[in-house]
Formats: sequence, C-alpha cells, structure tokens
Amino acid sequence: MSPQENPPVTPDTAGGQPPTRRAAQEAAREEERRLEAAAETGGGQVPPPAVPASPAALAPAGPGDEQPLMQRIMTGNALVAVLAVVLSLILGGLLIAVTDEDVARSASYFFSRPMDTIGAAWSAASGAYAALFQGSVFNAGGDSFARMIYPLTQTLTVATPLICAGLGVALAFRAGLFNIGAQGQILIGATLAGWVGFTANLPFGLHLLLVILAGMLGGAIWGGLVGVLKARTGAHEVILTIMLNYIAINLVLYLLSTPGFQRPGSTNPISPQLEATALYPPLLGSGFRLHWGFVVAVLATVFVWWLLNRSTVGFELRAVGANATAARTAGVSVSRGYILAMAIAGALAGLAGVAQVAGTEKVLTSGVAASFGFDAITVALLGRSSPWGTFAAGLLFGAFRAGGVTMQASTGTSIDIVLVVQSLIVLFIAAPPLVRSLFRLPTPGAIPSAGARRNRKTAATGGAA
Amino acid sequence: MSTVTTAAPDRSAAPAGAVRSWKTPILLSVLAVVALLVFGAGAPRNNVTFRLSDPNDAIVLPDLVLPAAATGWLTAVVLAALAVLAVLAVRRGSAVPVWLVAVFAVLFLIGFLTWVVGSANNPNVALYGLLAGSVTLAVPLIFGSLSGVLSERSGVVNIAIEGQLLFGAFAAAVAASVSGSAIVGLFAAALAGVIVSFLLAVFSIRYIVNQVIVGVVLNVLVSGLTGFLFSSVLSKDAETWNSPPRLPVLSIPVLSEIPILGPILFEQTIVGYLMYIAVAVIYVALFRSRWGLRTRAVGEHPKAADTLGVNVNRMRFMNVLLAGVVAGVGGSFFTLVSVSGFGRDMTAGQGYIALAALIFGRWNPIGAFFAALLFGFATNLSNVLSLLGTPVPDQFLRMLPYVVTVFAVAGLVGRSRAPGASGIPYVKG
Amino acid sequence: MKLELKGITKRFGSLVANDHIDLVVEPGQVHSLLGENGAGKSTLMNVLYGLYQPTEGTILVNDKPVTFSGPGEAMASGIGMVHQHFMLVPVFTVAENVALGNETVGAGGLLNLSETRTRIRQISDQYGFDVDPDAIVEDLPVGVQQRVEIIKALVRDAEVLILDEPTAVLTPKETDELLGIMGQLKADGKSIVFISHKLREVKAVSDVITVIRRGKVVGTAEPGASTTELASLMVGRSVSLTLQKAPAAPGEVTFSVRDLTVRAANGQNVVDGLSFDIAQGEILAIAGVQGNGQTELTEAIMGLQEHVSGSITLDGEELLGRSVRDVIKEGVGFVPEDRSVEGLVGTFSVAENLILNRYDEAPFARGLTMRPAVIEKNAQEKIAEYDVRTQSASAAAGTLSGGNQQKVVMAREFSRPLKLFIASQPTRGVDVGSIEFLHKRIVAERDGGTPVMIVSTELDEVLELADRIAVLYRGRLMGIVPADTSRDVLGLMMAGMHADEALAQATELQGGDQ
Repeated sequence: MSPQENPPVTPDTAGGQPPTRRAAQEAAREEERRLEAAAETGGGQVPPPAVPASPAALAPAGPGDEQPLMQRIMTGNALVAVLAVVLSLILGGLLIAVTDEDVARSASYFFSRPMDTIGAAWSAASGAYAALFQGSVFNAGGDSFARMIYPLTQTLTVATPLICAGLGVALAFRAGLFNIGAQGQILIGATLAGWVGFTANLPFGLHLLLVILAGMLGGAIWGGLVGVLKARTGAHEVILTIMLNYIAINLVLYLLSTPGFQRPGSTNPISPQLEATALYPPLLGSGFRLHWGFVVAVLATVFVWWLLNRSTVGFELRAVGANATAARTAGVSVSRGYILAMAIAGALAGLAGVAQVAGTEKVLTSGVAASFGFDAITVALLGRSSPWGTFAAGLLFGAFRAGGVTMQASTGTSIDIVLVVQSLIVLFIAAPPLVRSLFRLPTPGAIPSAGARRNRKTAATGGAA
Repeated sequence: MSTVTTAAPDRSAAPAGAVRSWKTPILLSVLAVVALLVFGAGAPRNNVTFRLSDPNDAIVLPDLVLPAAATGWLTAVVLAALAVLAVLAVRRGSAVPVWLVAVFAVLFLIGFLTWVVGSANNPNVALYGLLAGSVTLAVPLIFGSLSGVLSERSGVVNIAIEGQLLFGAFAAAVAASVSGSAIVGLFAAALAGVIVSFLLAVFSIRYIVNQVIVGVVLNVLVSGLTGFLFSSVLSKDAETWNSPPRLPVLSIPVLSEIPILGPILFEQTIVGYLMYIAVAVIYVALFRSRWGLRTRAVGEHPKAADTLGVNVNRMRFMNVLLAGVVAGVGGSFFTLVSVSGFGRDMTAGQGYIALAALIFGRWNPIGAFFAALLFGFATNLSNVLSLLGTPVPDQFLRMLPYVVTVFAVAGLVGRSRAPGASGIPYVKG
Repeated sequence: MKLELKGITKRFGSLVANDHIDLVVEPGQVHSLLGENGAGKSTLMNVLYGLYQPTEGTILVNDKPVTFSGPGEAMASGIGMVHQHFMLVPVFTVAENVALGNETVGAGGLLNLSETRTRIRQISDQYGFDVDPDAIVEDLPVGVQQRVEIIKALVRDAEVLILDEPTAVLTPKETDELLGIMGQLKADGKSIVFISHKLREVKAVSDVITVIRRGKVVGTAEPGASTTELASLMVGRSVSLTLQKAPAAPGEVTFSVRDLTVRAANGQNVVDGLSFDIAQGEILAIAGVQGNGQTELTEAIMGLQEHVSGSITLDGEELLGRSVRDVIKEGVGFVPEDRSVEGLVGTFSVAENLILNRYDEAPFARGLTMRPAVIEKNAQEKIAEYDVRTQSASAAAGTLSGGNQQKVVMAREFSRPLKLFIASQPTRGVDVGSIEFLHKRIVAERDGGTPVMIVSTELDEVLELADRIAVLYRGRLMGIVPADTSRDVLGLMMAGMHADEALAQATELQGGDQ
C-alpha cells in the first residue's frame, strides 16, 4: 500500500534542491513507508532474525564492503550467537543444579552453610558439562590417542544426519517454506535406501551409489509432495509436513510388517541387515563409527552453498522466498520454486536417512530417524539458514547429542537437558535485542535490521540514503 | 492490505468466490467412486450390528442391524448423486454448498463404518462407546484448537499449542500429586499454559521473532524440560511427584441416562464440562462482545484498530495469555482424566492436530469443535477397529486422522480465510 | 474548536520530516495543506492524530496545550482523521467498524450495536450518505467506504476532521460530491484539514492554504491565488508544466489487444472486452480512476492473470496463455505499479535486482552458474547511467528511496531490447527530480521506436506523456482520444461516459475551458 501514499505531483523538472536535503527527505519518507510496510505486511516476508532471506548474497565475502571487524563483532550476530550459547548453558546448568539430589540435600541446611549448596550446585553442573565435553570432543582419560579422540569422531558421526537434514530445512527456509517435515523425509529416504541396501546384490561402489540415490529419491518424493500440494492447493506447508511425518512413520511401520521388508524369522518391525556393499565404509578405520557419510555431508554443504549463492536455481528459490510476488512478476515460477525447494530439501533429508541406515545403524527400523528431523529445524535456525552456518550448528548439536549420551551414562543427568539448551540457544539467537540488553551491549546503529530501526530512540548514524 | 484497490491476483488467501473451483467436485467424485467400488461392490455379505446402548443403562435401545451390502450400495449411490450435484453446481458457476459437503461427509462416514465393521472378524460394534470415546479423545484437541482460535484471531500464530498442552499436563500431574488435589492440578495446568504463552508473546510480540519459529522452538523446549524433569525428578520419586489423583466423573442425574447423548454431554469430568463451556463462551465472546470485536479487529487490520485507540499489542498479549489458560487446562486432561500420571512427550503431537482442526474449522470455535471431534472420531475408530480385527492394517488406521487432515487442508478448506494479519507482527509507526 | 500547532518538529533519527511547523485551524474553516509527495504532510497529520510523538513543539486545542499518546486521546479531544488508506476492517460490517474502539456494551459485556446503527442512519440521513450499517465493508465501493470513515469520525463527535489525500481514489464526480460534503460539514461548524497536492481541488474548497515544502511551512495563500503561483510555492521555483517532447512519429502497429476480458475471483469482469492497438514509436496512456481494471490489464498482458480471454499479439505472436517468463523473453518490458512488492526483492542487492528477470541469461549466467563479476560490473554501469543513489551495488534494494528504487526497475527493463514497454504508475511516490528523469527515459524509448503503454491514475502524468489516451471505467474502454483532449472530457470519461458523449456534453457546457 505504501506507494499510493505519495502519488506523483503535477509540476516536474529537477534542480534547486541541495542533494543532501533531498536525500534526507527521501530517507524520511522511506522510513515512513518502510515502517508502514512492516506494520502492514510484516515487511513482506519472514522477519529477519532467524531466517535471513538474502543478506547481500552476491556480495563476495571479501573484506572492504563490510563494517570494521571489531565493530562487526561487537554489534554483529557472531557475538550474539556466542553469548546466546553461553546464556543457554548457564540456564541449563542452573536446571541441572536445581534438580540435583546433593544440592537438594545441602539446601536443607542452606542458611547455616550456604557454601555447601553452592558448591554442590557447581559440582553438579560442572560435572555434567565436563562429561558432556568428554563425551563429545576429547577424552583426556583415554588410554590411547584413538580413545582420546573417539568422542570427537562420535560427534561427527551424530552431526552427519543433523547437517544433511539441517541443510534441507535451511534450503526450504530460504525459499520461504517452513519445512517441519525433515523427520518424515528422513524416514522415507532411509526406507528406500535400506530396501535397495538389503535386497539388491551389486558390486561395491555401485550398490552404495544406488543406496544413496534411492535415499535422496525417497526424501525428494516425500518433500516434493508437500511442494506440489502447496503449489496446487495453497495448503500450508507447516500442517502438511507435520501430517506427512505421522503418515511416514506409520507407513514405515506397515512396511516393516510386510515380507518385503521384515527380517525373516522376526516378528519385530526390523529389516534385514544391509549388504556390506551397501554401507558407507568407515572413514578412520574400523575402530571408529565415523563413516564416509560425513564426507557426503561436507559435499552436500558445498553443494547447497553453490546452489543458493552461485546458481540460477538458487537465485530463483531465494527470490521466491524473499518476495514471491516480485519473483512471479520477473518471470520466476513460484509453483516450480516451491516444488523444487521442497524436493531438494527432501533429498537432503534423504541423505540424512542414508547416513543413518547405511552408516550408523546398518539396519532399517522405525526409529532409524531418531529425532534428527526435528533437531534439524533447530540446527537450521541456529545456522541462520546459511549452508556453513548450518554445518557449524550441526557440529555443535552433534556434540551435544554425542556428549549427552556420555553425560547421562556417567553423571546420570538426563540427555533431555540437551533439548532444553538447544532450544534456548535458538530462542536467544532469534531475539538479539534480548541478548544485547541482558549483556548491556551496544545496539547496532546503522544496521538495516528491522528490529534495530524500530527502536525510535536509536540515532541512525547518518545517511540512510 | 488496502481496502481500496482490487485484490492483487496471486494473493492466495483471497476468497475464491465465483471463479469455478473444481477442487471440491473432483474430490467428491473420487470419493464417490471409491464408495461405489469399496462400500458397494466390495461390501461383505453379512449384517453389521451397531449397539446403541449399554445393556446396563436405564434405557436400553435395541441394536441397529444393517445389511452391509445394501447399506453400502445405498450410501454409495447417494454419494454419487451428491457428487453429480456438486459438479452441476460448479458448472453453473456457483460454489458447492456447505450442506452438500456436510451431508456427503456424514454419508461417507456411515458407508465406511458399515463396510469396515462388516469386514471385521466380529461385525459388531458399540456405537455408543465409539462416539463417547471420540468425544473423550477430542477433549484436548478442542482445548488446543480453542487456544489457537484465541491467539490467531488476534493475529498471533500459535504453533506452541503442543507445548502448552504438554506443560499443562506436566504441571497438573506434579501439582496434583504434591497437593493431593486434582483441582489444584487444574489451576497449575492453566498457569503452565500461561507460562508457555508468555514466552510466545514476549518473543513474537516484544522481540518480533517469527511466530512459527517461536512456536516450534517452544515445543522443543517444553519437551526437553518436561523430559528432563521427568527423568531427574518425577521418575525417581513417583510417589511424591507423579501420582496425581484423578478428576472424578460427575454424572448429572437423569440427563446422563439419555441413550448415546447422555454419556457424551452429561457424564464428564470437570474438564469435559469446561470444554463445552469454553466452546460456547469463546464463540459468544468472539462474535458478540467488545473484547471479541477488538480481538478480531487486531487480527484482521491492526492499524485500523490502532487508529481507533485500541492497543494492538496489549490486546494480542492478553489473548495469547488467555490461549495459554485454555490449552493448559486441556493439557490437564492427559494427567488428570486420561491416565493418572505424566509420561515423557505424552501429548504425542496432539497440539499439531489441534492446529489442523483450527484451520479445518475455519478459525471458528464451533468449526474447530467439530473438526476436533472428527479427528477424535478417526483416532478412536482406529483403536476400536484394531480390536475388532479388520482387513485394514492397523498402521493405515492410525494414519487415518493425518490423511484426513491432509485432504482437509489441501482439498476442502482451500477457501478458508485466515485472519488477515495472522502471523504478522504489528509495529507501530 | 480551534486547533493550533506550534513549532512542531518530527525527526526520524537524523532526518527531519517536520521542521518547526506552525499552523492554526480556526473553527468552521477548511484549511488546506498543500505540498508535494514527501513534503511531510502525512507525518504532520500523524503527529496531530497521536500516531507519532512530536520531537519538539506543542499542540493546542482551544488554546490549551495537549499531548496525545495515541489516537484515542486525539479523538477524545475532538480530532478525527480519514486516512488515505482507509482504516476499515474489511470483513466487518459498517456498524462494527464504526463501533470499534467506541463500543456500547450491554448486559453481560455483550456488544450493543443497535445504538451504533441508529447513529449511522442519523448521520447518513443528515449528509445524504446512503450507507447501510449492516453491509460488509469489503463489498462496498470505494466512495462509500470513505463515507464510512467520515461517519466513524462524526460518531466520535469530531470537531476537526483531517482528510488525507481523500480524492486520490475517487472519480471526478465522487470528488465533487466529497467537496460538497466538506461544505456541509463546514456549515455545521466543523473544521477541516484538507491534505492534497491537487491544486484545483485545494483552490475550490479552501478558506486558507498552507504550503509545506521539505518539512517546512513555506507560505500561506488565499484560495484566489493562481495555479502557477501555488505550484511554484509548492515546488520551490517556477515550474514549467510540460515535458519537452517531440511529436510522435507512429510507425507500424505491432501490438494489438482484441476483446480482452479478465474475470476476477468474484466472477465479475474486471477487464471487459478491451480492444486497442499501439504503434511503434507511440505512447498510449491508459487513464482512469484507480481500480477500474488497469492493474488487471497490464497483468493480463504479462501473463500474470488467470481467467483471461481474447487475444494479445505482439509482432504477430500471440502472448495470451504464455508464461510470464515467455512474455518477458518475447521482449516486453514491465514496470509494475507497486515496485516494492512487485518490482523489487527488497532484501536482494541492487545488483541482483538489476538482473531479476535476466539472471539465467548470458552473460550473467553460464549454464546453471551465475557470474558475480559480470553481475557486479553490470550493476556499476547501470548505477552510473541512471544515477541511482546507493551506498554500493551490494546494498539491499529495500534501503533505497522510492525514486532510486524506481530507477533500478527502469534500468533493468530498459537494459534489454524491447518490443513493447509497459509502465504502471511509473512515477508514483517518486521525487520531482527523478520524475523528470524517468519521463525523459520513457520518451526516449518511444523515440527509439518501441510501442509504449503507460498506466497512470494521475491525469497530469497522462497528459504529459501520452500521444493517445485510452480511458478505462469498470474494465471497459470509454474511448481512445487524442492527447490534447480537455480535462473535462477526460473527467467525464473517467466517470463512465463514452468519448463522443463526453465530448458532446463538454462542448455543450461551454466549449471546454483549458
């Protein structure tokens, strides 16, 4: 509605106005227009904090056209991200401490010896986190170097499906779609991949390749179905993906009860072992569970980076996500964009399924996807929908998950704390003003983020023109 | 958003009025063909018995015995006729009337029920139990979708229904166990729902974080938090923390003896009665009260409301909190009515189904009520049928509610219009 | 009621939108606020209405200083506002819209709309509004919606009525009716602040005219002041009201539209059986009040509309039924009416927006891979050529001013060989300097031999650019007339009279004053 606000005027021809003055006027008007647009349409699309549409995606990452480094760190998102993680860990630690039995015991005589309580709380939280670290990065107590770095390889193993599925969620985000359906896409991908894996009898290499392709196909079908329904009927993808998750799990359970999938002689919903030729080979030897699926995840990240930032397809998807109307007017098919984005997102989630069925689990069960599909959403959000951000977030959450297992085993702290910390991180990162105010950080001035500009007390530093 | 210009062409939310939409007639035709092939041609050659009342009831109705084949053919033919009517209606350029879709749905349901029960090993089902069970299963869904109505009508998308239900269930279990009073649990549940709502409101209204993202993340947070507390506190001393007393069933004398309807309407726990009250109160309040007028205004055109002195964001904040009360109470159903005690992730995605019911019910409390009932029915049917031993695999029956939802959002409700400003934060100029 | 603004200053950051503005509105007076787009009129009124807080200065009502923390308080002080974009909830009834924020509540907290209905009927009768309180607002014509807005203010006992560009969406006839209503309101002792940039209307209705330029009051004038006097006061220098352009040299007709009909979602024909031709080297301007099918016409040509019938040919090729992409590749340049929504992706960089519909063509892409260096170079060239004021080519397009955004769109469309150029509202919300630049570019494209179609709701722009003028009313063509047709005739056509009829009536009235 904004443009109608200022219909053209009768007289024309320029000149007379000092340029700075005019710039200021225009900027003021622009500000009004923008504020109004934000109010009326939410600025068009998804708000910036968690799903950045395209922050100057074509700008090369080279130095010079950005703010100075220190300023960027102080006001930028990197610091907020770090602080969000710290804050979430602190809150998680408090939760661990509060529910700890030693703490509860010492709290009963808190007023006579308060240090006991504080000490117990500290040891509960720090013990849990130390175990978490030990289980995810480095185990100093290991008797060989291999044992010491074993946790790190575990982290990478767990991170593999998280990264793949996270990329799928992130890619859909960039096309303006909220893909809650990675879980179902992983399941269907894993099912198809697993089926090829335990039925086909093929030489090594070819078999694995087919398994990978089958997994991607399965995910792509499950994701693409959402794209088709959304494009054809306008149904909301959030509902569709959630429902397809449930349908997928029931479908897999059904298949696992049929002779084609069920392990011969078993009454449980479990498939035969995948053929050895169908499996990802171990990456660091048989002493570790880390497999070549991790390399595939790295390649997938590179691919998604290329796709989004360097390819015409990515340009289309980003345009559809950032402003579907403008994309349509420019000749981009929005329907095609939706279908393509969901199919590729599904294929990436399918890769996660392959990593599980042909890498970690080596067998198809209904639990093959664990909760990776849902964790992938937080991974993509934390990674701000950028490929490498998602990769990093996948590693972080992989570490949480891998370490969480050790933590639960050694200190008895429930692995659910990981979910709490993860979701807190995402919440804090999505609301930079909250983190900044908690840590008394300066508010970024000229950064054209909606949140910052809305703060009317903020002095915009100079030319918005 | 301008009311002035003609609508932009690709605004998908725009009401599809007289432009012919073939979606509904095509769907109805496909279903009619399915009915002819399955309910008619594929009908089992036996009688189907529907028991209408419990033998111990005061008034005992005789069993309803239907020949499966005849019933199947009859419904299938009528369904086909309705589909033809729908095609003709669209041909004429008018929309398919709502009554037609409703009658079609009911008949299809009867046909399906006759076929599926008739095909079972034991073609005999307690209809009264099926219906009463459906309502029971629908209770949390109805609370959940009412929570969605309150929130989305004011312009805030509420994906966090799942989290509100789960936290409500958790808080009800803990508070009722510790206090020994189920009523205390009920209040605690409402409070827990409000806490989740508060976070939703703060992040989506104050910090303008995408509402869908906040909702999804809050669900994860509640799942993690309750799961953590469950394993580190509740399960270690279940006696103290997780053995809530159940809410008693309060039968209303005489009325609860009415066959079929009696148990549904007049033999409920306090949560069940609250559900009926909430549907009625929210419906009336939304469309007949000052609060409702303002709520709908801030959800449709917040700026218009603002220029008339309505505080948009305060209105939204209050509505989201109220939504938390409703969903929280709904959550107490899981631990105070359904089973006695909290279990990890026990809401099992019901909040998302409630969201679908909300959309299916077109953001209307009554519509959401019936949509939730439909989902409750589908779930209960799959439970009952798996006991009867039907030819349909169990997993497909379990899929039923979700498949119905997909059809619902993709097919029949394509025309439903969300509140104009739902999901869009209001930033004052 | 007397209303006074003293030294009102409103800053957005370092930008001054209003600079020490003084204004006195006497009771029973129509006080016009004249200024071009972006002069700060709307900001000032939003301050007055409590939507913005002034940075400095005071508002006095009946000589007593007041502060408004929100519109509610402004209304309580007797100030009512009719926004340019109506603040009506489209799915509500008239009564619900009027009651909102000012509800009568009966027993049990339930809404009592009957009193509101009575008041609406009463006001409706008093001013001859003919408004049904139970009609759904989105079903009402624009003119009636505006009356609902006025009723909203009157129900709240407004003594001062602010009308923000109220005539922008009205036909000339509806405009006359509105001016009549304003006279009636004035006679009832209400004060009116009339915001406009249309000199004729301002002169017709005002008691006092205050001219605002670049956020400052630059003078006051009597309604008797001449049009050119007012115009130069508004723009800040003497203005020549016409663009220097050579007469058209129409060539071969390459673009033809036949029996074009577009059906809207509600089943009405929003474009109804249009037929016209555009020759090479000719500008056809489509005039009409907003919402009479212009948007749908341009979108139908571009392939953006469904339910289109008829025929659209360019160089003998049928465009109807082709995809948007095909139409663009066929050589049709298109500047959509709402650049921030349809023309640009606000979060994309200027460089990306400059290739928004050519991203997959050489030299910007090779196969599936895009070539950032080429895209950057292209951006630098276009930024220089079109004098786009931007920090860099990688700045987000959404951060540019309206005029600069429009330059980006134009630069993109003109950077490829065109067989047809279509621009909708090419200078809406654009500053004066850019308007001239953009107009010259359009004329240059015409002179290069491209058929050009301009859609504008501004009669002045139409008269300035057109070689021929087609007038649309309710999706139908009222006729195609020469560029020197008088405003009266065009006005009658815009109100739904066919060209010959309009000509006859205009000459009958008195030969048309120019």
